[in-house]
Amino acid sequence: MATRAVITLPEAIKAGEAFEVRATVAHAMETGYRSGDDGARLARDLVRRFECRLDGEFVFAADLYAAISANPYLAFWMRADKAGELSFVWRGDNGFEHRETRLLVLT
Amino acid sequence: MRRREFALSAAAFAVLPEARATEEAMRAAIRAWAGRQPEAGALKIEIAELVENGNAVPVRVAASQPVVGLALFTPLNPEPEVLHASFGAALARPEFSTRMRLARSQRVYAVAKAADGRCWQTGVDVIVTLAACVEA
Amino acid sequence: MKTLNTATETQRHRRIQTLLLCVSVSLWLCFGLALADERRSGRDTMSPALRTLQADDAQHPAQLALALGKEQWSAGAKSCASCHGEPEKVRGAATRYPAWDQGLVDLPGRIQRCRVRHQQLPAWAPEAEPLLALTALVARQSRGLPLQPPQGPELDAAAQRGQQLYTNRIGALNLSCDQCHDERAGLRLGGSLIPQAHVDDYPVYRLEWQSLGSLQRRLRGCLSGVRATAWGWDSAELLALETYLARRSAGMPMQPPGVRP
Repeated sequence: MATRAVITLPEAIKAGEAFEVRATVAHAMETGYRSGDDGARLARDLVRRFECRLDGEFVFAADLYAAISANPYLAFWMRADKAGELSFVWRGDNGFEHRETRLLVLT
Repeated sequence: MRRREFALSAAAFAVLPEARATEEAMRAAIRAWAGRQPEAGALKIEIAELVENGNAVPVRVAASQPVVGLALFTPLNPEPEVLHASFGAALARPEFSTRMRLARSQRVYAVAKAADGRCWQTGVDVIVTLAACVEA
Repeated sequence: MKTLNTATETQRHRRIQTLLLCVSVSLWLCFGLALADERRSGRDTMSPALRTLQADDAQHPAQLALALGKEQWSAGAKSCASCHGEPEKVRGAATRYPAWDQGLVDLPGRIQRCRVRHQQLPAWAPEAEPLLALTALVARQSRGLPLQPPQGPELDAAAQRGQQLYTNRIGALNLSCDQCHDERAGLRLGGSLIPQAHVDDYPVYRLEWQSLGSLQRRLRGCLSGVRATAWGWDSAELLALETYLARRSAGMPMQPPGVRP
C-alpha cells in the first residue's frame, strides 16, 4: 500500500504538555484553473476537510480550499492528559477519503 | 519584453475569465465565516515578505488569546478562501501552519473567532515573484 | 670569536628578514586565494522560509516521496533490499554519478537498470513517481557528503563535451548556460535570483513543478526557457551536460532531496 500520508509527532510526549502535530496527505489539489498538455482544462479536485480527534474527541479541523498547496500540509499544537488514539481523516472531491491513526504514548 | 508579458497575461486572462476575486468577494467570504464584519485586531501572520514561488508559501497564523477558529483569506487569488480552522478543547495553542498558494502579490488576511462571538482581523502584504522560465 | 655585529650587518640582516617575510606572506596569500571557493549552493541563496522547508524533515515537501521510496525499496520478491540491505548501506553511492558502465549513466538511470536487469521489471517512464521516490531515498543517504564524480577516459570526454554544450549559445533566445549561471549568477532574471546552477541537491522538489524532479527535468526546463529544442531523456547531450555539471560542483556537500522555487 503506497504511503499516502505522513504524520510527524514528537518522540517523547509528556502528559499535559503542548506538542506539535504535523500532517501531510498526498493530493494534487487541482485547482480547476490549470490546463493539461493537450490544452484541456484539468478538472477541480481538492481535499475539502481535515479532522483530528483524540479518542473520538474533536481536536482540530480545517476546511481546505483551492489556495492550499499540493500535498496539503497542516501543523497544530495540542495536549493530552492521558494516552489514547489519535485519528486523522481527510475527505475531498470524487469520494476522496484517507484515514490514519497513531497511538499516543505519554512519558 | 513588455509585449511578451502583455501577451502572456492577456492569454491567461482570456483562459480564466473568473481569474480575479475582488475585495468585496473577500469581505463577503470573511463575513460568512466570522458571522459578522470583524474589527481590526492583532493577529500574527508569519509569512515571507518576498515569495520566490507562489505555489507553496509557508504561512503560520497565531492569536494571542484562546479562540475557536482562525481563517485565512486573499483578495486577489481566483477565490478568496484559503483555509478555515476550528479548534477543540485539546488544542494547546491558538495557531496553525500550512502552505498556501498565492497567485500574485497581495495582502493576505487572517481572521479570528472567539467563543463569545467576537472576531477580529489583520493583514500583511506579500510580494510574489514568479519563475522566470516556465516549462513548455 | 667575533660576536658583536656591526650596525650595517644588523640592518642588512633585518632587510633580509623583512624580504623573506614579504615573500612568504604573498605566497601564502596567493595560495589562500587560489583555494577560496566562490561556489554557492542554490539552497544558500534562497529565502529563509524555503531554506527551512529543505532543512526541516518534518516539513520537507518531499516527505511523501521519501516514504514511498522506503516502501519501494523493500517491495517485491527481488526488492532493492534483497541485494543492497538497508538504504543506509548505499551511503556514498549518490556522490559518484554520472558514472561510466557500458555507457553514461546517472543515478535515476542506474536505478532503472537495476530494475530491468536484476528485478526483471519493465523500466519506468521518465520522472515516474516511484523512480523519483527511489532516487530521493538513495540520494538522501549521501546527505552531507561531497560530490565526487568519478574519473576515466570516457567520462573525461563526456565532461568535455558537456562543457562545450554549457558554453554554446542555443535557442531562439540565443543564450548559453554560462551566460546566466557563470557570468550573471547573483543577478536577477525577472524577479528571480539567478543561481550558480550547482547540482548538489538533486532530485529537487521544485515549487514550480509542485513535485519532485530530476536534474534532467530541470535541464530540459532551461532548454525550453531559452526556446531551444529540449534534448531527449537520457540523450547523449543531457548525460554529457550532467557529467560536466557534476565536476563543476565536485567537492560541494550534497543535501538531497532539495527544495527550490
